[in-house]
Formats: sequence, structure tokens, C-alpha cells
Amino acid sequence: MATIASTPGASTPGASAPGTTARGRRPSGERTALLGWSAANLLILGISLVPLLWLVSLSFKTPASITDGSFIPNEWTLENYRGIFGESLFTRALLNSLGIALISTVLAVVLGSMAAYAIARLAFPGKRLLIGLALLIAMFPQISLVSPLFNLWRQIGIFDTWIGLIIPYLTFSLPLAIYTLSAFFREIPWDLEKAAQVDGATPLQAFLRVIAPLAAPGMVTTAILVFIFCWNDFLFAISLTSTEQSRTVPAAIAFFTGASQFAQPIGSIAAAAVVITIPIIIFVLLFQRRIVAGLTSGAVKG
Amino acid sequence: MADIVLDHVTKRFPDGRLAVDDASLSITDGEFVILVGPSGCGKSTTLNMIAGLEDITTGELRIGGKMVNDLAPKDRDIAMVFQSYALYPHMTVRKNMGFALALAKRPKDEINRKVEEAAQVLDLTEHLDRKPAQLSGGQRQRVAMGRAIVRSPKAFLMDEPLSNLDAKLRVQMRTEVSRLQNRLGTTTVYVTHDQTEAMTLGDRVAVLRSGRIQQVGTPTELYSRPATVFVAGFIGSPAMNFVPATLEEGELRTPFGTITPDDRQRRLLEGWNGGAAGGRSLIVGARPEHFEDAALEQVKDRPGPRFTVTVDVLERLGSDSYAYFTVAGGRARAADLEELAHDAGTVDLASGDPQIVARLDAVSRIREGENAELWLDTDQLHLFDPDTGRNLDAPAAT
Repeated sequence: MATIASTPGASTPGASAPGTTARGRRPSGERTALLGWSAANLLILGISLVPLLWLVSLSFKTPASITDGSFIPNEWTLENYRGIFGESLFTRALLNSLGIALISTVLAVVLGSMAAYAIARLAFPGKRLLIGLALLIAMFPQISLVSPLFNLWRQIGIFDTWIGLIIPYLTFSLPLAIYTLSAFFREIPWDLEKAAQVDGATPLQAFLRVIAPLAAPGMVTTAILVFIFCWNDFLFAISLTSTEQSRTVPAAIAFFTGASQFAQPIGSIAAAAVVITIPIIIFVLLFQRRIVAGLTSGAVKG
Repeated sequence: MADIVLDHVTKRFPDGRLAVDDASLSITDGEFVILVGPSGCGKSTTLNMIAGLEDITTGELRIGGKMVNDLAPKDRDIAMVFQSYALYPHMTVRKNMGFALALAKRPKDEINRKVEEAAQVLDLTEHLDRKPAQLSGGQRQRVAMGRAIVRSPKAFLMDEPLSNLDAKLRVQMRTEVSRLQNRLGTTTVYVTHDQTEAMTLGDRVAVLRSGRIQQVGTPTELYSRPATVFVAGFIGSPAMNFVPATLEEGELRTPFGTITPDDRQRRLLEGWNGGAAGGRSLIVGARPEHFEDAALEQVKDRPGPRFTVTVDVLERLGSDSYAYFTVAGGRARAADLEELAHDAGTVDLASGDPQIVARLDAVSRIREGENAELWLDTDQLHLFDPDTGRNLDAPAAT
């Protein structure tokens, strides 16, 4: 999985083409290209990082200086962070977010593994249909599901519960899991299972003791992708919850009121946003190679 | 240990393709049997059916006298060595070799003892705690063998176990496999597409062609009395030469000259009532070693046709030389030969006059590009019916 270069700036396709004849011109050509790439990278990095840094900056500002427009806070304060962790609105939401995202992830990986294993290994009638349906569901506009789900959930009594969020999360993350995992399973030589069977393993033993350990990188990748999807979701969270009982952080942030009745909650919102971004950043930094591998799955050797 | 019996076994895939057609083969206890044939002939499918990795469509498979058609692979007590070795990459060599025993819930010390014994035999002791990725190709191959022998199963099934090794190692491992099988005396079925492996390893060899067993016999039988043109062309290296011939007035007119059949051949020709259309043309097969330089002392007084050819290429191997030349008179045609050419990848070359290979004594003074007089030992000729591909010498219907 090391085949995917994570930093396009390191390779300079423009300058690497001709052979020995261009030796005299090469250093200067390479330098120009390097410069160009660095500039482009910096620009993109700047564009994508400024809003994030602005958020961090806001989270450290006092309510009075929120609107002063300076990038670096004049007055540093941790009051916003202290404020949100003192409120059950946020802490309870954090718990909900963690619980719902983790349960959805585990379920998606377990169910997805089984489905992906079947898709990668067996020829059964309706296999193409299943793959097609999974893809269709993944492409389905989520917003179109929200109002029917809202009504349905209220009637069957799972509105504003963890399960009420886990189900739609599974709907959209399972196709992703099945796609990613089946690509990983396909990379595992079939002979290994045959060998395990001849060695005396039942199909379940062969899966648990031979296939699953080898597919572990794929499962980790899938788990991360699913977790990020559930963790970041706002649409379902805001539509299918109504109380602290099951409201997740992205939804809870919308209900922040500020320290006093008259203060704007911008500082707290920024602080909460930073807090829930941190796990994602850690995940992405730790597993960036795996995530790229998962997104380009198929080009990967498990 | 046990015998393996295939009783009219047929395999038809769900898409309707017939992979194995009515195969009957009886392998006695402790025997080393080779299934050989070109790719796609059904040999691996046959092996997988014995292992239980493929279902049997019709027919019966018995291991140790017991019908096992519906038994799962794990209940058949057989071990298999795969072409890819199929070592578990996440386990050490020790775990790999002991996996089957661990699954059978054997006590730890027994597993350890057996694994270490097997490692000793295969010279793997120092690698026991390494992962397969850290081993060389030959070592991996030995681990795969070790995984099979640790269990002392009823039978070994080997699916081209040596084909991923380089040529030198393959020859070395070939003798190793042979020694191991002699020592353990376990019934072994070995699949290969390499006729040299088949000839050197097996007690008996079964030649398969498009799902049908063509002939079963000892290597010597296959070589000296091939039942069909296919077997004749497949077994032996360099391959047997085939030329068309016609039978006129009791004599064979071949591109090598007119041959007067000896008593054995005369009997065969009399018993043969011509091709399907009553034709009198047939295929004559001559092995390279049945040619000789006519100038040499040892063939001077022997009967047989002498003919002059231009030697295109002469390969001197030291012990003997191979002379390549063409003779006029067209190419022998039979479905078997076309399939062989397909397998060898020489189908494009199959036009014009056939190329003949002759193995000559090293003392021969024949030189490349010059005319040479060659002699053919007609006693050894094989006569084939061009329509059925059968050797006239073979008993009807195997």
C-alpha cells in the first residue's frame, strides 16, 4: 500500500521526462518545477487551512473580542472550552456521538465483512444486483430520506433514540464498507482458504483464523471511513433527534446558547467544533496511508 | 494411508463446461501417481475433486474403501500442496506447519514434537520462527511440504508444487519429493504439466486430454507404447516426430523413403481396416533417438531406410547432438497434433513441411548447413490411425 504517493509535490513530472541529452538544462528546469509545485501546494494548503485556523482562533477569544477581526487573539482564554465541558448539552452529546459512531462502525464492519466476503468469493444469483443496489443506496440523496424517516421513526417509536440514528448511518455506510472490504478480500489468494479447508478448518474457522487476520488492514480502513462518516453527520442527527438523550455533537452545537442570555455562542461553537475535529485529525494523521488505500481500493495489496 | 479410487467420475461446471469426462483411475496404497496433461485438460479439477474442493457431478470417489463424494475436505484426512504454496502469511513457519494439528485440538507438546520432526526432515529447523515472507522460494516450498507431512494424512495431493521454482532448484526438489515419498510411503497424487516431472517421479502416470484420461501406465509403458498420437507427442523430450505415410502394396511410403514393415507391423497393418473412409493413409511416429548418422559404424549393416537431408540446425550437447531438418511430403494431420501444437504455442508454425528432430551420437561428423545421410530404425516406428489418433498397437478402447 506504499504505492500511493501522498505528497504530489515530491515528484516533478514536468522535469523528469527526457534522458541524458537534457542533462545541462535539467537542474534549472527541476528547480523551476519544484518552485511551481511548492507555490501551488502552499496556495492550496492556505485556502484549506485558513477557515480551520480561524475556528481555532475564535475558540480562544473572549466573547468581547470575537468580532474584532484579528487573526491572532489579542486576549487568550480557555473560558469557551471550560464552558462547553461544564454543560451537559455538550458532554452528553459527546457521549452520544461516540456511542452511536462506534456501534455503527462495529456493525458496519462486521456485516460488511460478511457481505463483502460473499461477494468476493461466491458466485450467487443476484450478485450483480446486490452490488448495484448497494451503489445506488450510497448515491441516494440523504435529504430525500429525512422526512419519511422522521415520520416513520416517530410512529414506530425509535425517534430520538440511538438506534434511530444507527440505522440510517448503517444504510449509508454499509455500501461503502462492502465496496472497500470486497476489494481487500479479493486480494487474498483463494488458495489460502482451500489450504485451510484441507487442513481441517470449517468455513468459519478458515474465515476467522486465516482470512480475517489478513483482511485486518482493510477492516481498519473501513472502520475509519465509516466512523468519520457517522461522526461528521449533521443532517440525520438534527432531523431524527429532539433531546439530549440521543443528540450528537454536530446537532448539539446548533443548540448552543452562549454563556449568558445576551452573549453570542460563537466562542463555544468554535470550541466544540475544535474538540470534535481533534479525533478526526488524529485518525487521519495516524492512518492517512490506509485511508487513501481504502479510497483507491482495488489498487491495494492486503 | 489408503487407496484412492475414481469410479467413472465426471465433473460438469454450472456453465455446462465438461472439465472431467468419465475418469476411472485406481490408485493403490502407497503409490505415486502423476496426472499430466496440457493446461485445461482437467488434471487440477480432478485433484480438487479428490481433495473435496470441487463437487463431483456424477461417479464415485472412494478413499480407503469409503465413499467420500459428500465429505467436506476437512473430513477426508488428506493433505494438499498448492502451486502457490498457500502458506498463511501471518503465521510463523511453526504455526503454519502445526495449523492442521492445532485445528484438530492435539496437545501442544505433540504438535511441537511433530513440527520439529518434520522440520528436521526438511531442513527447516532454523527457520521455524520466521514468517513465510522472510523465506526464499525453495524454503517456502519446503514449508508447504512440511505442512502436509506433519499430519501423516491418508494421502498427499500435490498441485504443480515445483512449478514456481527456478529450473535448477526444481530438479533438486524433484529428487527431494521422490525421496520423501519413498520414505513415508504415503499414497500421492501429483499434478503437473511437465512431462519430465511426470516421467521421473511417478510409479504410474495418467495422461489427460480435454477431460479424458488417455492412458495410464508406468513411464516406460507410456514412452515405448503410447496409446494415442497425443500421448506419443506429449511424453518425451524432444517430442516424437510425426510424418504422414501411405500404405501401398504392403509397403509404407514415408517422407523418409519406402519402409518395408517387419512382422509386428505387418500384423498390425493387416488387423487395421483402414481409416474411417477406408483410406490407406496413416501417421508414422519416430522418436529422435531412432535416427542415426548413417556414416557411423554401429548402424552400417543394419537394415532400414537411409535418406539425405540438409541439416538446418545442429545442437551439440556433448553427450549427443540434436539435428533439426525438414522433409518434403507434408505435415501429419490429426486433432491430437493440433492440440499439442496449441499447448506448445507452435500453432502458428504449423504450415509447410514438418520439422524433424534427430538425436545423433556425439561422435557424428555431421555439420550444420550441410547435407547428411541419416538412418532410421524402422523396428521402433509407431503407427497411428490419423482419424482416431490411436496407436495401431494399442488395445481397443481404454
